[in-house]
Amino acid sequence: MANKVIYAVYEDPEQLKEGARTLVTSGIRVKDVFSPFPVHGIDPIIGVKRTRLGIAAFMFGITGTVLATFGIWYFNIFDWPMNIGGKPSFHLYQNIPAFIPVIFEFTVLCAAHGMAITYLIRNKTLPGMPARNPDPRTTDDKFIIEVRTGDNHGHSSDEITGLLRTTPVFEINERQY
Amino acid sequence: MHSESSIREPLILGHKTYHDITVDIVGPIENKAPRGWYILTSIAALIAAYGIGCILYLIGEGIGTWGLNKTVDWAWDITNFVWWVGIGHAGTLISAVLLLFRQKWRMAINRSAEAMTIFAVIMAATFPMIHMGRIWMAYYVFPLPNQFGSLWVNFNSPLLWDVFAISTYFSVSLVFWYIGLIPDFATIRDRLTKPAWKKAYSILSFGWTGNAKAWTRFEEVSLVLAGVATPLVFSVHSVVSMDFATSIIPGWHTTIFPPYFVSGAVFSGFAMVQTLLLVLRKVMKLESYINVKHVEYMNIVIIVTGSIVGVAYITELFISWYSGVEYESYAFINRATGPYWWAYWSMMTCNVISPQLFWFKKLRTNLAFTFFMSIVVNVGMWFERFVIIVTSLHRDYMPSSWTMFHPTWVDVGVFLGTIGIFFTLYLLFARYFPVVALNELKSILKSSGESYKQQQATADQHH
Repeated sequence: MANKVIYAVYEDPEQLKEGARTLVTSGIRVKDVFSPFPVHGIDPIIGVKRTRLGIAAFMFGITGTVLATFGIWYFNIFDWPMNIGGKPSFHLYQNIPAFIPVIFEFTVLCAAHGMAITYLIRNKTLPGMPARNPDPRTTDDKFIIEVRTGDNHGHSSDEITGLLRTTPVFEINERQY
Repeated sequence: MHSESSIREPLILGHKTYHDITVDIVGPIENKAPRGWYILTSIAALIAAYGIGCILYLIGEGIGTWGLNKTVDWAWDITNFVWWVGIGHAGTLISAVLLLFRQKWRMAINRSAEAMTIFAVIMAATFPMIHMGRIWMAYYVFPLPNQFGSLWVNFNSPLLWDVFAISTYFSVSLVFWYIGLIPDFATIRDRLTKPAWKKAYSILSFGWTGNAKAWTRFEEVSLVLAGVATPLVFSVHSVVSMDFATSIIPGWHTTIFPPYFVSGAVFSGFAMVQTLLLVLRKVMKLESYINVKHVEYMNIVIIVTGSIVGVAYITELFISWYSGVEYESYAFINRATGPYWWAYWSMMTCNVISPQLFWFKKLRTNLAFTFFMSIVVNVGMWFERFVIIVTSLHRDYMPSSWTMFHPTWVDVGVFLGTIGIFFTLYLLFARYFPVVALNELKSILKSSGESYKQQQATADQHH
C-alpha cells in the first residue's frame, strides 16, 4: 500500500483545533499543522514541545556579559589603564560603574543576535530557502492539518478522512509521497 | 479563543475576513503605485540627493564648513543626532514595551513604526560619523587591535557608550523587525504570480512554512526580543543624555537628564509615527485597521510623555535657582531671557503647552488636528535639543568669548538631506513591504474585529 499524505483544510483556528483533537483522541498522529498566524493552544494537542530558545537567549546573553567584562578589563585595566581626572583605573571593581553601560549593551547584543540566528537555523528559514508549506493558502486564510498514513499504520486513509469529515473541515486533499 | 470585553472598542472596523486582511495589505504591493507615490518619492529623492551632495562636500572640505566657532563647538550636528535618535524611539517602544503589556492596538502600527525607527536611527548614526571629520577613520570607535601602542578606546566615556548603545539598538531593532516580516513576506510570496517578483519575495521570506513549531518559536523569539529590547530602548536615550549630563557645562550637568530625554524621545517618536501614519492610512486605504482609536491611544501617550517633559523643564529651572550656583542659574536665565529666548519659548509652547490640548477628547480624536500637532511636537523637540546644546554653550564663563551660532548652508543642507533620505527610505518601504503586520492582525481579528464583536455581543444577550 502506497503511503499517503492527507491535508485537511480548515477555515478557522477553532475548527482546526477541533479537527486535531478529534484525530488525536482516536489515536491518530498529526504530522504537522500549518497556519497563517500562531494558533494558540494547538501545541499541546498535537504534541509540540515547548521551545528552548529562551534558554538559548539567556546563554548567549551571559556569554555577552562575560566577554564584555573580560574585554573591558583587558583594554582599560590590564593592558592600558588610563588616568582620567585621577579616577581609579587600576582595578575592575573600582571602575565598574562606568563600564556597566557597555556591558549591558553587549549582553543585549549577544542575546538578541544569538537567539535570532538560532531561531532562523532551527526553523530552517534562511535566505534562498524554497517555500515548504504544502499549500500557498496557508499563508493567507487556510489552516491545514497534515497526517501521514506512514505514521499511522493501524488506520487506513479512508478511516482518517472519514473521521475528518465529522469535523467542520473545508476540504480534504490526498497525495502520494 | 480569547474573547474581549464588549465595552472595548473594536480595533478592526467593518466586516473583514482573514483573506480581506491579506488583500487589503498586500494589494498595494501587487498593483501599480499611484501617481502620488512617484511624485512624493521624486521630491524626497531630490532632497536626499542634495543632502548627500552636502555630506560629500562636508567630508571633502572638513567640518570647518559648519557654522561652529570656538565657543559654540557643538551645534546642529549633535542636535540633529539627538533629534533623530529620539524619533527612533517610538518604533521599538511600540513593538517591545506594548507587546509586554499585551496591548493589541500596537499590531496595526508596529511594523511601520519599526521601519521609521530603523530609518531614523540610520539618519542619527550619520551625524556622529560625519562629525568625526575624518570619516574613513570611523572604525576607530571600536576596540580593535592596532599598531599605535595598544591604543584602546575609553570605556569610561559616554561617547563610547553611545557607540555601543546606538549600534546595538539599530541592529536589534532591525532583527526584531525582520523576524516579524518573514511570515508576511511568505504571504506575499504565495500570492504573487510574476516570476521575478515571486522570486524576490521568496528570497526575502527565507522559505517560511508557518508550521506549528515555527510559530511557537516565532512567539518565543518575539517575546524574548521584546524583553531585551525594552531595557535597551530606555538605556539608549539615557546614554545619549549622558553625553551631556556627565560633562560639567552648566545647563548640561543635570541628573534628571536620562528620564527626561527618554520621555522626550518617546514623545517625539510618537509624534513622528502620527505624521507618517495619518498619511499612510489615507493613501493606502488602511482606515479599517489604523482607525481613530489607534490615533487616540497614541495621543494619550503624547500627553503623558509631553507632561513628563514639561515637569522636567520646570524642575530644571527650579533646581538651577535652588542650587545657588551662580553659573547654573545664569545658564537658565539666559535660556529664557537671553538672545535665544525665541528658541526656548518655541520649545516651551510646542512641547509643554500644546500637548495639553489633547485632554479634550474632541481634539485628540480629530485627525487633522493630530497631524498638525505631530508637526508642532517635532519642531518643538528639535528646539529642545538646540536650546540644551547651543544656549548652554554660547555664553560660557568668559564674556569676551560670548557669541552666537549661525548655521551655514552646509549645516542646513545636511539636515534637510537626512529628512530627504528618511522619507525616501520610508516611501520605498511603504511601496514594497507589508506596512501592517498582517499575521498579527489576523490573530486578533476574531477577538477585536468589529463584526465579530457584534456577533459576540448578540450571542451574549441570548444566553
